[in-house]
Amino acid sequence: MTSLFEEVPVSIDGDIPTTRVEVKVNGERRAAEIEPRLLLAHLLRNGFKLTGTHTGCDTTNCGACTVLLDGEPVKSCTVFAVQANGHEVTTVEGLASSEQLHPVQEGFKDEHGLQCGFCTPGMMLSAVALLNENDNPTEDEVRWALSGNLCRCTGYQNIVKAVIWAGAKMRGEA
Amino acid sequence: MYPSRFQYEAPTTLAEAIAILAANDDAKVLAGGQSLIPMMKLRFASPATLVDINNIPGLDFHGADADGTYRIGALCRHAHLEKSTTLAEHQPLLASCAPLVADPIVRTRGTFVGSVCHADPQGDWASCMVALDGSITAVGPNGKRSIPVKEFVAGPFTTVLAKDEIAIEGVIAPAKGTRAGGYLKLERRVGDFATAGVAIALDMSGGVVTNAGIGLTGVGAQTVDAADAAAALIGSSLDPDAIEQAATLAAEVSKPRSDHRGSASYKRHIVSTFVTRILGNVQRAEMQVA
Repeated sequence: MTSLFEEVPVSIDGDIPTTRVEVKVNGERRAAEIEPRLLLAHLLRNGFKLTGTHTGCDTTNCGACTVLLDGEPVKSCTVFAVQANGHEVTTVEGLASSEQLHPVQEGFKDEHGLQCGFCTPGMMLSAVALLNENDNPTEDEVRWALSGNLCRCTGYQNIVKAVIWAGAKMRGEA
Repeated sequence: MYPSRFQYEAPTTLAEAIAILAANDDAKVLAGGQSLIPMMKLRFASPATLVDINNIPGLDFHGADADGTYRIGALCRHAHLEKSTTLAEHQPLLASCAPLVADPIVRTRGTFVGSVCHADPQGDWASCMVALDGSITAVGPNGKRSIPVKEFVAGPFTTVLAKDEIAIEGVIAPAKGTRAGGYLKLERRVGDFATAGVAIALDMSGGVVTNAGIGLTGVGAQTVDAADAAAALIGSSLDPDAIEQAATLAAEVSKPRSDHRGSASYKRHIVSTFVTRILGNVQRAEMQVA
């Protein structure tokens, strides 16, 4: 085996133990034969080619790799892919439908919530998790909910505005 | 970064998990993984076998028994405690600590019991459990045993758990009177290790302290039990003299090291300030009730 993962069907040679996982990613059932040490971030990016999930610090600090696991935000660099077996994962690619952006994506566009864009997928998934629980958060609540996601460009002001905009949109007020 | 290779086991019963631990010399329990996985990625830890307990039912709980004993199960996440509607009523110290653990994303995954088992001198929950004189229930091949947290931690990142034992819950005894207290932590940014943290648990009866415990985070090679400072509070009504004495004793017993987060004397000052602040808050709340 040359890499840590291969999408199935594939024959694994050698005696490195692998495990089959089935994960529902953005509503679609995906399967892979993986080494248990493969991180969820790498299964998504390299295995499933969903490169919207970014790996930033790789040390559980920056939150760029945030995805939703059964609706809860997790840092996908700090979850083994094998732990997602039988669960549902939402990545940034799963937010928009073919015609319609997610309100959070619209908000980031409308309120200039990004500059370089590297932290944006993680920011948006944390925001989606917050708004799914509370679609009318205060500025403090937004800042609190996003405090595990680091942005080095914006100074956060427009990110916070974008999330508040998205909340209004989700309530039908924007 | 990839961890070293390991054998992954995902048992669905505790008995199965214990059997796997017993059969493997270098096995580690995986609950939330928010400390273990980063350590494995940095190869500070390279267990040969990981026993993932996330598929074992019945470990995701927290709440009070009829007699007021409070139990937190091994799969209770920090976020569950943060969002709990009953925690503040029974355990104000834990309720004030929950939102300060790590960051919101880590809190959805990391567990209370896992954090205590990790035995990091920077762990917030361990300080709370020291202050509350809580215990850990461990299950092994020969059944259950209860281990007081003050004896549970053998040193930094080391506990007295046997290799075939699993910590299944944290247990806190009922209050003698009304439980009060709080947690304060100074951190440079959300998710950073504490510069210093203070956990205070008090039982109050008629405005008088009947029981007290103080645990200190990040100011020693392991969680500091400021027992003398806590003893100085018992029998007092949190008058300024008692508070000052407790603050002084807590600062004295802390053993911080100077580092990029601050000098040792600065950290001692923070300990003293936080003790004063938490006790002042409790005292003011008591005045409002009375």
